[in-house]
Amino acid sequence: MTTAKKTLTTRLIEQKTLIALIIMVIVVSLLNPNFFTTGNILNTLRQTAVNAIIAVGMTMVILTAGIDLSVGSILALCGAISASLIASELPVFIAVTAALAAGAIVGGFSGIVIAKGKVQAFIATLVSMTLVRGLTLVYTDGRPISTGFTDVADSFAFIGTGHMLGIPVPIWIMAFTFLAAWYLLNHTRLGRYIYALGGNEAATRLSGINVDRIKIAVYSMCGLLSALAGLIVTSRLSSAQPTAGAGYELDAIAAVVLGGTSLMGGKGTIIGTLLGALIIGVLNNALNLLDVSSYYQMIAKALVILLAVLIDTKSK
Amino acid sequence: MGTELLKLEGIEKSFPGVKALDGVNLTVTAGRVMALMGENGAGKSTLMKVLTGIYKRDAGSMTYLGKKTEFKGPAQSQAAGISIIHQELNLLPELSIAENIFLGREKTGAFGNIQWNTMYREADELLQRLGVTRSSKTRLGDLGIGEQQMVEIAKALSFESRVIIMDEPTDALTDTETRALFTVINELRDAGYGVVYISHRLKEIFEICDDVTILRDGKFIAEMPVKDITEDRLIELMVGRKLEDQYPRIAVAKGNVSLETDNISAAGVNQVCLQVSEGEIVGIAGLMGAGRTELMKAIFGANPLTDGCINLNGKKITINTPKDALDAGIAFISEDRKADGLVLGLSVKENMTLSALRHFSHASGQLHHSKERDAVDEYIDTFNIKTPGRHQPVGNLSGGNQQKVAIAKGLMTRPKILILDEPTRGVDVGAKKEIYQLINTFKKEGMSIILVSSDMPEILGMSDRIIVMHEGCISGEFTAAEANQENIMACAVGKKR
Ligand SMILES: Nc1ncnc2c1ncn2[C@@H]1O[C@H](COP(=O)(O)OP(=O)(O)OP(=O)(O)O)[C@@H](O)[C@H]1O
Ligand SMILES: [Mg+2]
Repeated sequence: MTTAKKTLTTRLIEQKTLIALIIMVIVVSLLNPNFFTTGNILNTLRQTAVNAIIAVGMTMVILTAGIDLSVGSILALCGAISASLIASELPVFIAVTAALAAGAIVGGFSGIVIAKGKVQAFIATLVSMTLVRGLTLVYTDGRPISTGFTDVADSFAFIGTGHMLGIPVPIWIMAFTFLAAWYLLNHTRLGRYIYALGGNEAATRLSGINVDRIKIAVYSMCGLLSALAGLIVTSRLSSAQPTAGAGYELDAIAAVVLGGTSLMGGKGTIIGTLLGALIIGVLNNALNLLDVSSYYQMIAKALVILLAVLIDTKSK
Repeated sequence: MGTELLKLEGIEKSFPGVKALDGVNLTVTAGRVMALMGENGAGKSTLMKVLTGIYKRDAGSMTYLGKKTEFKGPAQSQAAGISIIHQELNLLPELSIAENIFLGREKTGAFGNIQWNTMYREADELLQRLGVTRSSKTRLGDLGIGEQQMVEIAKALSFESRVIIMDEPTDALTDTETRALFTVINELRDAGYGVVYISHRLKEIFEICDDVTILRDGKFIAEMPVKDITEDRLIELMVGRKLEDQYPRIAVAKGNVSLETDNISAAGVNQVCLQVSEGEIVGIAGLMGAGRTELMKAIFGANPLTDGCINLNGKKITINTPKDALDAGIAFISEDRKADGLVLGLSVKENMTLSALRHFSHASGQLHHSKERDAVDEYIDTFNIKTPGRHQPVGNLSGGNQQKVAIAKGLMTRPKILILDEPTRGVDVGAKKEIYQLINTFKKEGMSIILVSSDMPEILGMSDRIIVMHEGCISGEFTAAEANQENIMACAVGKKR
């Protein structure tokens, strides 16, 4: 029996998402010469960062055969928390920690409801989504919170607008998040358990693994990453919008699915999600460059996602 | 000789890294039962999947009812009159028995309304024919795995077929159920059906089959009438060498009592006192539904105890979850590898180490890849698991090889007490013996072993002590010397000794 070593070409062909991305980049570059410039590429990556970071959390949730609809609401709540703390001139470190902790706690709450309450993830996170949006509106009184014009606000703005080695900070955060998630999924016990849980919950439980704890961990990580995305958005605008992040869950789910992760759980990769998020990012950017109105953009985006998913299921 | 219904010639089929079939022939004749024999991974199930159009063959020809035929999928072969009972059950637990049997071809009236009464009546008739006493309105998930298998068989019978294929149908069946199935097979033969029968139980082959086709490593070895072959010769053709002494029992001095259940009750289990010592194999016999699996799951913390307690080495311990049990050194290998034994989508490696991942990672949770790899390769080697590599998804392995992975997974935790629930189900003769020898090695090392099995020769051949269960209670206990098929059966049906 020969070992199933795959050649480089078969590996590449399997990477349909990568091919789709490359084709898209080529087509867009031909249509608009402004696309393939360093400035625009960095711009695209920066715009992708928020969705990509949420999609990382979403990947882990979906790998366990769950779903998280509350990411957009968490983004708004944690943005508002950080903005109000910055506005009262608390140190950036405290504002960031508080926002991340709040995200993790809200996510963990969904996780507990799902694991201990045996509520379906769709329902539980639908509840969180509504509840957290309500909390945000109450907390902000329905008005944007400005971070103010203090020194603290200036340093807080670094998260969304700053550069390091010529590269925007959100891109660094995105890169770091993917690296960490890749490591977690491929090189730690928890990562292995996440795949096992999504593949067969009963078998995982019978293998002596505390399944409830994994679920709670996964939803809190997703909450934490949504909060991180919220920090970037808030910092960039120097203010928190109570309606921020509405509909972001769909972009994140789209990125995960485009990346080849199965909604049934147990199958998928974080690199796929990165590519999926980049496809959506490039698409948004290209449609802007090509002056497509934002109404048509939505339609175009939907069609591209449908096409990609169809190609994926057909070739299976 | 009846007419030839189906002829396969020179069939070839490869998967990435595996040549599963390499020039295989098979003939099915009306009014005869053809046995298909071969070791785990020999290609039996694959051949049946090629035949029914689930897999596309790479080469070879297929003649059905005198015409060269090509099935594009199971729906086509089904419509043409070939029905198959797959090795792995394909039923929907939330639906009733009748709904499962008639799935996709519900009996409808003039307005597309489902005629429930007709459906239930016809399903009940089928069940009766197979000797199943359940009503066809029962939810499938409420049945044991053996009864579910009977439903699969009823479903296959409900089609208007010429050829019926059974891939290890008796794997999960009790003796009574097996007898009922044989009666049906005899009826089918008399009615002129062609039957293909796959099993690892040699006794059954000699009892029910007319001809036998033997495969080894995907190659066609021989086809001959069953009456022209002896059991030993058959094994030799299958395995490629001679095998002696199927049950290599060894004598080991019994150590201290390691595990003791003190009057425990749980779902399906009633006031059970059970003791196992170091270096002892305790066999648990009983009929399907006697509460054997339930007892094991209760000991393992998968089902909660409602009464009684468990002592380990003389000390009372609390086991609330499987994790507690594993931490205490108890490993459990489930009888139902698809439902709760394995994660089929994950690789051989990932499954094997799932329970024991702590041994293969640092305290920080970081995996120790090389250590894991070495251990997995060692087990693949000792268990002789047929796989192109440790990265192969377990779901792509043959049934028997999946079972070996499940056992390896339990052993990876280095247990002191090993609970095996039907460990050799679907495992071929050669591999069975390998598993028995491994069990014996652990016994010699002082492991306490509980062996739940419906295979009477296995229980008799391997156990030092045999406990029989009936309706959740212990109904008899024998030493290896006292036990025989008759007194075990008597206790199993509830006649107190
Ligand atoms: N979908 C698949 N992908 C890759 N390899 C496969 C697939 N299905 C089967 N194989 C391989 O083909 C070989 C034959 O498998 P098959 O299931 O036909 O064996 P079998 O004779 O039915 O064995 P058993 O008695 O254990 O059921 C095995 O080595 C198996 O690993
Ligand atoms: Mg098979």
